[in-house]
Amino acid sequence: MANWFINASYFVVAVVFIIGLKAMSSPVTARKGIVWAGYAMVAATVVTFFTPGLGNVGLMVLAIVAGGSVAWWSGKTVKMTDMPQMVAIYNGMGGGAAAAIAALEFARGEVHGPVVATLAVAGALIGSIAFSGSCIAYAKLQGIMKNAFRLPQQNLVNIVMAALTALLGLVIIISDVPSSAMIILFFVFALALGVILTCPIGGADMPVVISLLNAFTGLAVGLEGYVLANPALIVAGTVVGAAGTLLTQLMAKAMNRPITNVIFTPISGAAAGEGEAIEGTMKEFSALDAASVMRYASKVVIVPGYGMAVAGAQHKVWEMAQLLEEGGVEVAFAIHPVAGRMPGHMNVLLAEAGVPYDKIFDLEEINAEFPQVDVALVIGANDVVNPVARTDKTSPIYGMPILNVDMAHNVIVVKRGKGAGYSGIENALFYKDNCRMLYGSAQEAIGEVITHVKALES
Amino acid sequence: MEGFAALYIFMLAAFTGYEVISRVPVILHTPLMSGSNFVHGVVLVGAMVVLGHADPEDPVQLVIGFVAVFLGAANAAGGYVVTERMLAMFKGGNKKQGSA
Repeated sequence: MANWFINASYFVVAVVFIIGLKAMSSPVTARKGIVWAGYAMVAATVVTFFTPGLGNVGLMVLAIVAGGSVAWWSGKTVKMTDMPQMVAIYNGMGGGAAAAIAALEFARGEVHGPVVATLAVAGALIGSIAFSGSCIAYAKLQGIMKNAFRLPQQNLVNIVMAALTALLGLVIIISDVPSSAMIILFFVFALALGVILTCPIGGADMPVVISLLNAFTGLAVGLEGYVLANPALIVAGTVVGAAGTLLTQLMAKAMNRPITNVIFTPISGAAAGEGEAIEGTMKEFSALDAASVMRYASKVVIVPGYGMAVAGAQHKVWEMAQLLEEGGVEVAFAIHPVAGRMPGHMNVLLAEAGVPYDKIFDLEEINAEFPQVDVALVIGANDVVNPVARTDKTSPIYGMPILNVDMAHNVIVVKRGKGAGYSGIENALFYKDNCRMLYGSAQEAIGEVITHVKALES
Repeated sequence: MEGFAALYIFMLAAFTGYEVISRVPVILHTPLMSGSNFVHGVVLVGAMVVLGHADPEDPVQLVIGFVAVFLGAANAAGGYVVTERMLAMFKGGNKKQGSA
């Protein structure tokens, strides 16, 4: 009876997860979707306590309370700009949990037969990679680990490591009672593989990697679901594995970086030195100049980047946009698919500041309009407006879709200093004749512009 | 979960996942990745089952089981909070006004 009840509950939970995910793919129903899925998760957890013969309940409750509250608290307090690395670390924990499930099943000697052993080993491998890879991704986005770290012959090392890990896994699968030493060695190799695969990947490619590792965790969870014969894990894990794979492809496409390139030929500091030399000088602009140019323009397009979000300037920017609109200027926001750190991240940040959706346009919607735009205001964005992606075949970012702000009549770039972008590539836009630089932190620079715009009104 | 039935479940679930996500607008990529991250937090259930059947006399098993449940619970709770915070902004247009 208890088993029937539990299985029926898992079935309902799986259905609600799928409906919830579906709801999350539309802005209107998205919030309901996550809330439903949340209820389903609570139900699944509660029901599991009724599993016949379940022991160690005290320890279990302790683990749930400890893990849940740490994550709940960190998730509540994290800043919106730091969301991507939080997604990465929670995802890594899921992968780690899947790997630990496999480890425990081996420790209990509960893995019987080559099929189950293969699934367990595959889940353990993928889960371990997701765990250690996500930790590296977190460290990079959090700024704990600054540079991409490339071993000599990186691709060869990757292949050798992967082959050795697979070999160890194979030994475990074919041996009836694998030794503990063998299993430990396998996990060490699997975890190391995740580290060496992720280390050389530059920060700009990190969103794609996080999304890929998310799909990995889903797959690992699905595989362990087979080992435990638990349909909730199988269905939820597989659905996420497939959905995550598709999301990864969509992101990679938005960045014009095929997923194989992301993993095997990262944009790194070394590659950034390539590309044609750029001629011309950067021309500076004062906040007053910027204010008057925008105030008397008929159309201004604001291109926000991660730099704006880090400076926390989105509220100021929106205040300025509203001021300009009161003066009869048409204002729009143009968002590159990978503005921020992940696709859609910038939309979330602007929504937080109160910018309505109908003022936000994506690359395809707005690119054709730039020749008619009087002022393109670039705030803390760099690589996504770099025209070399269109013109210079030798540039590492050649072919990446960019916002064609250089085609606007005037371009104003708000920038902290003269450095290169996140990818380390020099930006040809800054040297163009129609481009002016407004130096300073986004917060202060826009604040000054607001003051001047107000002065012009009176 | 025998043989081919399991394979069919895998195939259908994979297509479902693919179908659910296709045609999603770019603005929802990040929340959706976070949401799917939450959904695989159901690994918690599996972790609970294995810890529940671990040998209470064997500290190694208990430690691994504890780690599994801890990580699973963190995945589920963290994934939920982060996703909910992001999606809360999509609620009913924009009532919040920008404040500097």
